[in-house]
Amino acid sequence: MKISYYPGCTLKTKARNLDRAAVASLEALGVGVNEIERWNCCGAVHSLTADDLIHQVGPVRNLIRAKEQGAEKLVTLCSMCYNTLARANRIMQNDPVKRDTINRFMDEEIDYAGEVEVVHYLTYLQQEIGWDKVKEQVKVPMTDLKVAPYYGCTLQRPAEIGIEPFGSYALMAGLLEAVGATVMAFDAADKCCGSYQVLGVPAGENSAGAAIVNLAASAGVEALATSCPLCEYNLGKQQQQMIDKGKIATTIPTYYFTQLLAVALGLDAEHCHFELNDPQSAGLLRDKKCLAAAA
Amino acid sequence: MTLTITAQTVSVESIEKLNELSGESVKKCMQCATCTGMCPMVQEMDFSPRKVMHLSQFGLMDKLKDINTYWKCASCHACSVRCPRGIDIAKVMEALRQQVLRKSKNHIEPSEISAEQITELPQIALVAGFRKFTS
Repeated sequence: MKISYYPGCTLKTKARNLDRAAVASLEALGVGVNEIERWNCCGAVHSLTADDLIHQVGPVRNLIRAKEQGAEKLVTLCSMCYNTLARANRIMQNDPVKRDTINRFMDEEIDYAGEVEVVHYLTYLQQEIGWDKVKEQVKVPMTDLKVAPYYGCTLQRPAEIGIEPFGSYALMAGLLEAVGATVMAFDAADKCCGSYQVLGVPAGENSAGAAIVNLAASAGVEALATSCPLCEYNLGKQQQQMIDKGKIATTIPTYYFTQLLAVALGLDAEHCHFELNDPQSAGLLRDKKCLAAAA
Repeated sequence: MTLTITAQTVSVESIEKLNELSGESVKKCMQCATCTGMCPMVQEMDFSPRKVMHLSQFGLMDKLKDINTYWKCASCHACSVRCPRGIDIAKVMEALRQQVLRKSKNHIEPSEISAEQITELPQIALVAGFRKFTS
């Protein structure tokens, strides 16, 4: 089995811990990963104005690359990439006027009408591999780790592209259960982390992010699992500054769900890049005796 | 804030422009404030999303021009998924931002972001922020 994969820019640099752990995990599960050639930035945010088509060209070009390279499905991982690619794809599938305008604008590319299916990594794992098979492959179960799925906004909204219905976290919960963790629920799994608002706010003063960490702490959550580098930055990397500014009382280690999967599959720590996480993340896994490979 | 609404204060042109840019119909709003209840950024906003929708329904762009509400909106669509009238309120907020940005007015200046912050921020934060805050 081999998949076509779109990583996106952040996953190649500051979120290598999301990307490398994901690719190594799929390979350990017997799936080859074919990164599509000549991919470009997805645009990060979907253009919401009705007349703005130029910003759809970026994500559509990526879909065209996948089509040219013979992909029926394009698997992606970063929540923001998933959102922009899936939404641009829907325009190409459902809006003939916009589709024609976008196709005519691009001289060198083949015409595109939404033939490639954009699939999130979690959906792919559940549908094509299944939690039972993941469970069979687990070598280091995350026993006693109380972790909550944190979806943020772009995995589920808007509804037409959501990986599952608003308010449901079954996909990530299924994976976390399969790797042996205790799945926790808390009241902010679908709340926005503050997103790109961090650009205009001094470090540690993002109140939306702080509210999420505080709600997780009061629900007894020990760790958060996410799929988005911006969520990880706002919730994980900003925690020390949030403590310094008195916005949160305790820190909650934040992981990419792919890192927990890779550790559970017994992969070497070099695939997980915990040095890119908030400092306490690797420590918690070590305390829980889950990080044998990285000790 | 007291509002006096007459045929003279309502700007049909502004309402039409907002509807055209957003692809939504602001008049559908019935002022239930579900959007305000769902919004994770509401505590930092000058006017709640409900109030912005109300002013938008009358095209009162003067009252909307100096507030931070649509700049604080993170386009998370929490309001849109719960709107009982099916309005994609995030698109209305985008239309309000775009009306400023399309006059070549930046909301933030990229040159003022510290080198330290640029080094730390994930690329998607910078790309998304520039898309939402600069012309």
